[in-house]
Parts: sequence; structure tokens; C-alpha cells
Amino acid sequence: MGKNSLIGGSIWEEYSQKVQDLMNNPKNMGELTEEDAKNMGGKLVVADFGAESCGDAVRLYWIVDEATEMIKAAKFKSFGCGTAIASSDTMAELCIGKTVSEAVKITNIDVEKAMRDNPDIPAVPPQKMHCSVMAYDVIKAAAASFKGVDAASFEDEIIVCECARVSLGTIKEVIRLNNLTTVEEITNYTKAGAFCKSCVKPGGHEEKEYYLVDILRDTRAEMEHDRLLAISNAQIEGHSSVNFDDLTVVKKFQQIEAAIDENIRPMLVMDGGNLEILDIKEGDDKVTDVYIRYLGACSGCASSSTGTLFAIESVLQEKLSKNIRILPI
Amino acid sequence: MRVYLDNNATTIVDPKVFAEMVPYFCQMYGNPNSLHQFGSESHPALRAAMDQLYTGINANDEDDIVITSCATESNNWVIKSIYNDTILHGDKNHIITSEVEHPAVGASCKFLESLGVKVTYLPVNSDGVINIEDLKNAITDKTALVSIMWANNETGMLFPIEEIGAICKERGVLFHTDAVQAIGKIPVDVQKANVDFLSFSAHKFHGPKGVGGLYIRNGQALSPFFHGGEHMGGRRSGTLNVAGIVGMGKAMELAVEALDFEKNNVRRLRDKLEDALLQIPETFVVGTKEQRVPNTILISVKGIEGEAMLWDLNQNGIGASTGSACASEALESNPVMEAIGAEADLAHTALRLSLSRFTTDEEIDFAIEVIQKAVVRLRAISSTYAYAPEWHVSKL
Ligand SMILES: Cc1ncc(COP(=O)(O)O)c(C=O)c1O
Ligand code: FES
Repeated sequence: MGKNSLIGGSIWEEYSQKVQDLMNNPKNMGELTEEDAKNMGGKLVVADFGAESCGDAVRLYWIVDEATEMIKAAKFKSFGCGTAIASSDTMAELCIGKTVSEAVKITNIDVEKAMRDNPDIPAVPPQKMHCSVMAYDVIKAAAASFKGVDAASFEDEIIVCECARVSLGTIKEVIRLNNLTTVEEITNYTKAGAFCKSCVKPGGHEEKEYYLVDILRDTRAEMEHDRLLAISNAQIEGHSSVNFDDLTVVKKFQQIEAAIDENIRPMLVMDGGNLEILDIKEGDDKVTDVYIRYLGACSGCASSSTGTLFAIESVLQEKLSKNIRILPI
Repeated sequence: MRVYLDNNATTIVDPKVFAEMVPYFCQMYGNPNSLHQFGSESHPALRAAMDQLYTGINANDEDDIVITSCATESNNWVIKSIYNDTILHGDKNHIITSEVEHPAVGASCKFLESLGVKVTYLPVNSDGVINIEDLKNAITDKTALVSIMWANNETGMLFPIEEIGAICKERGVLFHTDAVQAIGKIPVDVQKANVDFLSFSAHKFHGPKGVGGLYIRNGQALSPFFHGGEHMGGRRSGTLNVAGIVGMGKAMELAVEALDFEKNNVRRLRDKLEDALLQIPETFVVGTKEQRVPNTILISVKGIEGEAMLWDLNQNGIGASTGSACASEALESNPVMEAIGAEADLAHTALRLSLSRFTTDEEIDFAIEVIQKAVVRLRAISSTYAYAPEWHVSKL
């Protein structure tokens, strides 16, 4: 919030002059036909992206020199708001004179940058950034049609935020490296989610496969798991500075859970079983009682109260503390 | 030429209204609750304004018309105070509304849902109106309130308020209506309609912005939304907006006087505009002319996204509105368009044109010309009307 967002401004005031001019007079608007292709001695390529019922649709026409793969002409038709028209126009402009392989590298960010009046001021307000994404997608569709391949083959990483072109890998990495805990922090670090916000959580402008909220939650869970593993491993190797018996119940629970995850569950699961920790109680004689329940195949297994139980107890005693006692319920 | 066709968003203040308000800024500026002549000299005008408001909607002297800051406040007040009065401290837990209410009602209901209240959002048909049977079926003995608008702000469609009022009365359920888009467009009579609460806002009928009202039926309890001093009989605190109230009273009087003009002249201009636009191929308008307030058209122009249309109209001096998601700051599609749903495209191609008694024939002729030109230009750009070679598999 703040002074500038309290009185809702007109989104139009944030369009660059270039965007406004292109909305009024798109240069590359129109169609290319087989006839044109013949006259120019190239191959006609036609590609679509979007649908009118989604609010955005664009059709891109290219005439490509088959020998050099150079795009000799490009035109577009677009159903969409003014910025969709301006970005489609700029996209077509950027294609001309490039080879198909070069054109595939044009991103929505290139399109947006090309529409700036001042290199430091965005051409469109943040929520309109998404309109240029369509321009990028339709180039891929055209290239795929020309080369006879699937459009997905041009993308080697999973893009979570299309507006800012941030990949799943990058987002996970910044969360881990900087120990991020909120979506706002992810946005500050990567710009993912700063524009149309579709990628932040379900229910936005567009449906997505990955959302920042889910990635954050899953990555945090992975980090937590890794941390616990590290603690229990450190203890095994005698590096831990804190004695298991001196930990809080919560920490004890986490370490036991991690040790079971690491050393015991895989074996149980292999036999179709599992176990859960029900409770942890600390006796006054420094003994930690761990109440567990067997699940699946384990619950009926004869050795669950003998061999398996003994194995679990000795693993935990060895890895964490001599004072652990396991009580199956 | 500049033509204003967005009168459902707000209206020009009638110069006669403005003239009535002027003395209450620099001359008679006292607080009407003060015990001195500076305060009391505004009383006659305030009383006259209250008379104009009571007459305007046919309220009884025992009923209350409480002045608020806007219809958003009025709507919030009813819904949240019903929550406090009969849901939080009572045995009811259910509110019925429609899918096409203004956000002042819709978002308030969503908020109550987050507090555990059950809310039924009655669906609408392709004309944007609810089915009366759905309402009857939705009412239970746990229903605390029915809140249904009188006329819809996007489509102009009228809801069967008298029928709804009769059903609510028979079933013993409180009935609130948001009449913001009805006042000044059609006769509004709170007695005939059997409403318990009715919201309105001055700036929608040529009064000033920032002042509105809530009609409350005689004797009906509703705990205050604004606690404070003893203003408005303790029902709504805050120093009276004297100039605003005076202006709203005058605006109500003029609006009621102009109802015949609205029904005949505004309607004639609206129909002229509508008929001309429907000559354009692949267009449709939501609802029949008779079912609507006389000033509104919601038209879908195939192949043209709403914001692009507004851009072209604005370049030519015409102010209109669209329900298109692309034109909203949050890119959220308009729930009214989604609820009507008839043709999915409506959510992106809707253009709302709303007239007023100040709209002229010349303005409508100009608007027709500009819109026709915009359609030609934008359809030439639109992929909906694009060439595709035979071998091309269209995904559009
Ligand atoms: C149907 C309806 N209800 C409520 C409102 C809100 O009115 P106000 O601006 O007075 O809060 C509007 C105005 O947009 C409206 O059209
Ligand atoms: S996809 Fe638009 S902000 Fe991320």
C-alpha cells in the first residue's frame, strides 16, 4: 500500500507512449497468405495461442525462407486488450529478420523492454505484464509448427512465473539459500509473482501447474527434513553439541521422527507396513518413553513385539540416546 | 465532443443540487448539534431534505432513513449488524443473496462466511435475474436476512422486488435491498415493496458523492455500525454532512420529478443507441428493454475485448465501462459477467453504456458513430476475424 496505491490510478496512465501508439496504430497487424508466401519465395507458417473465451487470443503469421530459416515477414491478429495488441505487434516486429531458432529465444521480457520509452521504466503496469506472455507463447507455437516438433521442446526448464520468467529451480534455490519464509520474500528476490500474480496461489487470472505458495511450503518441508537429518547424522558422528536427553520434547520428537525416517521406515515400508509416533513422555529417571503404533502389515506381524521392536529400540539408542524406550500400543 | 455514458458509475451533480448545497460550506457551517445559532441555522434545510427523502421513497414518518457516507456503508451496516444481532447473539446462521450483487454486499457476505455464517448465493439466468422458486427453496427457519438488489449495476436488469418482499414477509425473514441503481430510474416505494432495509447513494442520482442512506422500517432493530455521539438518534454517529444531506434531498426530489422523463426520453435515447448497435453483426444485449432500468445497455461485441473498446471510445471522447477482467486493476473477471455466463465471451467483450437525463440526442448520434468506427477498427485487428489457410488447425 502507501500513498500511490490508495487512490486507484488508471492503469492507462502507466502505459508507455510506445504502447499507446501501438494500440492506436499497430504496424504489423494483418494477415499473410499462401499467395504472399509464393511471392516472397518462402513458407507460410500460421500459429495460434489463447482463446477468445480466456480473454486473450493471438494468431501469428510468418513467411520463412526454407533454406536459411530466416523470417522474412511477420504479421499478427489479436483478440485482447490494448497491451495485448501492442505486445503482439512488437513481438511480430522482433521476429522479422531473425532465424526461427533465434526467434524462439525472444521472451515476453524482451517484448516488454522493446516497448519502453525509458529503459528504466516498465512499459506497462505490473498486472499487464502477462499480456506479453502470450506473444512469447505464440512464437514457440509458430516455431514448433515450422520445425514439426512439440512446442514444449523449446523449454528446457519449468517456468513457474511466466511474467518474470522464473523457473522452478531458481525459486527453490533462493528459498533454500536465503532461508525465505514468505511469498513476498520470494517476490522480492526473484520478481516471481510481482506482476499478474497468477502464479502466487490458485484462483488468479490464469490456472497454473505450480504456485509459489505450494513451492514455498514443499521446499520448507524439505528443508526441515534435511535439517533434522543433519542433526541426527551429526549426533551419530558425535558432532552434536547438545545431548539428546537435554533436548525439549518437541526437538526429541523431531529427531526420533527423522531417525525413524532415515533408518527404520524404509524397511517397514518395503514389507508393506509403517509406524507412527503417538506420544513421547519423559520419566524422572531420564528415560524417554516413545509410544508407537504399527500400521499396515506391521500391525499384525508376530515379530512386531519382539524382533522388530528390539531393532527399532536399538537403532534409536545407538543413534540418539541409551535412555530411549519404545512402547508399542 | 465529450460524451459521458457511464452514469451507473456516477452522475453529474445537477447544478440545481449544487446551488442548494453552496450556502452550507462557507456561510452556514455550524455543527447542527450545537446549541447556538451557527448550528441551528442549518436545521430548516436539513428537515426539508429529510422530507424530500421520505417522500421520494414513500417512507412513513415512523420509519427511519438514516444518513450514511455511501451505499457501501449502508450495505455493510445491514449485513454486519444482522450478523451481530441475530447470528452471533441469536440462533440463526444463514443469509441469502444473489450471485450478481455489488461487491458492497457480495464481499460483506464473503466476510461473514469466513466467520462461519452460511450464505446462499442465488444463481441467475442468462438475463441476469434470479429464479423466485430458488429463493423460496433457499429460505429456512435459520435464515436471518435476504439481501437482493433492486436493479443490477452492470445489466440494468430489474429484480422482482415486490414479489421477494411478499415472500420474505410471509416467511418472517428480514429483507434488504440495494436500490442504488433503481432510485431516479424507476419508482421506488418501500411500502409496496415490503422491504425492511433499503440502501441508496446520492451520487447515482445527480447528487454529491460521499453521502447515502439506509431506510429502516419502523421499529426494526439494527445495532449501530458507527458508535459515537448521539447523531441520527444514536443510530449512526458522526457529525452530519450538512451540505451532502441538503444536496441528496434536492437530488431525490428532482429525480422523482424526472421519473416520467426517464421513462420516456432517457428510454427513447437508450433504445435508439441500443437499436443502432444491434445492427452491428454478432452483438447481443443482456435482457429485454422492458426488464431493465431505462438508461442501461450491456452489450457484447464479438471479437472485441472490453478494455480495447474503452480505449478507442476514450480516444474519441466517450466514457463508458466494461466488465472485462483486463480493465480491472486486479485482472479479476467481473462476477456478474461470470454468473450470467450465457456466452462465456461476455466476460471479455462486455461494454456497458449508461445514460442519464442529461444525455442528449446529439451525444447519442455521436456515440453511435464512434462505436461503429471502433468496431470496424478493432475487428480488423481481432484474431476472431482472421484469415486461416485451409491446412491450419485453428486453436482459437
Ligand atoms: C448496486 C450498487 N450498490 C452499491 C454501490 C456502492 O455505492 P457507493 O459508491 O455509494 O458506496 C454501487 C455503486 O457502484 C452500486 O452500483
Ligand atoms: S505468472 Fe504473472 S506474476 Fe507470475
